[in-house]
Amino acid sequence: MGVTLTEKAARHVAGFIAKRGRGVGLRLGVRTSGCSGMAYKLEFADDLAPEDLVFESHGVKVLIDPQSLPYIDGTELDFVREGLNEGFKFNNPNVKDECGCGESFNV
Amino acid sequence: MALLQIAEPGESTAPHQHRLAVGIDLGTTNSLVATVRNSVPVVLNDEQGRALLPSVVRYGADGGVVVGHAAQSAQAQDPRNTIASVKRFMGRSLSDVAHVESMPYVFEDAPGMVRLRTAQGAKSPVEVSADILRALRSRAEDSLGGPLTGAVITVPAYFDDAQRQATKDAARLAGLEVLRLLNEPTAAAIAYGLDNASEGLYAVYDLGGGTFDISILKLSRGVFEVLATSGDAALGGDDFDHRVYCWLIEASRIGPPGLEDMRLVHMEARRAKEVLSAQDSVHVGVKLSTGDEIDLTLTRADFAAMTQKLVDKTLAPTRKALRDAGLSPQDVKGVVMVGGATRMPHVQRAVGEFFGQVPLTNLDPDKVVAIGAAIQANVLAGNRSAGEDWLLLDVIPLSLGLETMGGLVEKVIPRNSTIPTARAQEFTTFKDGQTAMAIHVLQGERERVSDCRSLARFELRGIPPMAAGAARIRVSFQVDADGLLSVSAREMTTGVEARIEVKPSYGLADDEVARMLKDGFEHAQEDMKARALAEQRVEAQRLHDATVAALLADGDLLDTSERAVVDASLAALATAVKGEDVAALKQAINDAGRATDEFAARRMNRSIQRALAGRSVESL
Repeated sequence: MGVTLTEKAARHVAGFIAKRGRGVGLRLGVRTSGCSGMAYKLEFADDLAPEDLVFESHGVKVLIDPQSLPYIDGTELDFVREGLNEGFKFNNPNVKDECGCGESFNV
Repeated sequence: MALLQIAEPGESTAPHQHRLAVGIDLGTTNSLVATVRNSVPVVLNDEQGRALLPSVVRYGADGGVVVGHAAQSAQAQDPRNTIASVKRFMGRSLSDVAHVESMPYVFEDAPGMVRLRTAQGAKSPVEVSADILRALRSRAEDSLGGPLTGAVITVPAYFDDAQRQATKDAARLAGLEVLRLLNEPTAAAIAYGLDNASEGLYAVYDLGGGTFDISILKLSRGVFEVLATSGDAALGGDDFDHRVYCWLIEASRIGPPGLEDMRLVHMEARRAKEVLSAQDSVHVGVKLSTGDEIDLTLTRADFAAMTQKLVDKTLAPTRKALRDAGLSPQDVKGVVMVGGATRMPHVQRAVGEFFGQVPLTNLDPDKVVAIGAAIQANVLAGNRSAGEDWLLLDVIPLSLGLETMGGLVEKVIPRNSTIPTARAQEFTTFKDGQTAMAIHVLQGERERVSDCRSLARFELRGIPPMAAGAARIRVSFQVDADGLLSVSAREMTTGVEARIEVKPSYGLADDEVARMLKDGFEHAQEDMKARALAEQRVEAQRLHDATVAALLADGDLLDTSERAVVDASLAALATAVKGEDVAALKQAINDAGRATDEFAARRMNRSIQRALAGRSVESL
């Protein structure tokens, strides 16, 4: 299955990478922490690790370490605007419950 | 759910641990807030997509506080309760504010800082600034989706202690944690990434709405140092508008317009100026309420010609700043343009010709200061790895010192010293048995107390009684990274100490800083003479007092005629002290010294005799 970006998310990621001046793509992952067990990782990727799984979506490379994949497989990353705020949102089908703010989750 | 931003590799924050930090350009005319998101510095816009928040606050009779565009548009109908350009009043007393009579406000003189009377009572400039900062803070928190960790707020490089402290107080009042106050030119240089550029000297040319500032920065090993600043507190883009306005009225041969028409023509003048930054000519067509019509075309060349004087006016302070820094235009490696008025092509051309290079203009000149502050805030909030951290150095605009005997100023920290800094100097007592010492902290370049600005006074008490000159009092001046001063005095033998945080009652106007600097240079000769005179006076007084004390104790050692000679020399001394003639004073001191030589020798003998009385030679 893998992970996808919406077109809007991809456009923003590409824009940010261009402004930042370097980077091969976007790294998604999970870490164990936070009030509901798991937290998302969303970072620029400067290097490709040999074990990385690479998905490409609207021209943007998404890098995921194999251990994280089960938790976020099937996720669609979107870019949304809420009032003045804007940012990325994980639409993750694996999530059973998440903390009130959605920054951490459980599968 | 919370919206996430992309972090640098390996720097994803734990949930609920985002360190949201912003940079704020708290400007005279407009203010902005910026942050670093997804590793890119961005200015945060309001709901209407506007980046600039006019620095205008309206205090309505209904108790409402309106900030920004809405307040600005109410300015004409409610001038008294609508405070604009409050930055000019920060840390100032009423006597510091220029052109009070031409401003629509009701001023109240209050200890420390002027107050403005509004429908909601007297407001201090700190409160008004806090309302502007509060508006920016809520914009930032809405945009970033959480409470702010802290903010970097920019201030002009020439802001003195009082003005910096007032800015910090305003931030605290607005509920903002100040990570750092940052000099505006330094922020602009950071926005251009000059901190990553090669070492060298850079100029920051900042022509805003109503003020002009030029700063010379030195970058070495990733460290910025402000070498010199200069400027004109009453020169900016508004003057260019006014020039066009006058031309529109004159060329249309119409009489002085009413208030409403005046505003209309002014707005057209501003629009024409802005259009000419992009086009070669602009048409102005306005119908006034009197029926008069303005129907004119202004070319870029004509506009440049009619405002060339204003452009030239910016070059004089520029030359001065370079001279202060001991540099020539060719020494400057890069020129950063700041402020909306630097969009005008002929301004860019003039600056380019002056420095012999094309100035940096690719960032939005309205935003560059806020962007630099945001980059700095991001570092200070801990959102970047330590290796990328950098240190910023700024300088003290005017020397800091102490009052010494004779009304003289002893400079402890010279002007243009980089901050943070700490210096100490030892002083002593002037009178026998003196147990207290008044410490008077001053700022300025002149030699005499009366020509400098008083910042604070405090007393060191509990000095053990000692002969004059025996006590050792160490006075330390410390200026922190925000440019705020604390002074402490310590008597070295007993360790008694007194200290003061200089939260000066009021500060210096920037044109006053300029004037004081200029005075310092112009009056150097005169000041030197004044210092010599004051020093001789102190010496004469000391000799006079010591002789009087000695006569009281051992006057019997002199016969009547000898006593008359000493008395005459004392009288001569007392007269000379009151005069202005340094040479005569020196002479009187020498004469008195000679007249009392014999007396001093006899006193010495007597005290030795007393000490030896009743003791045999063997016991010595």
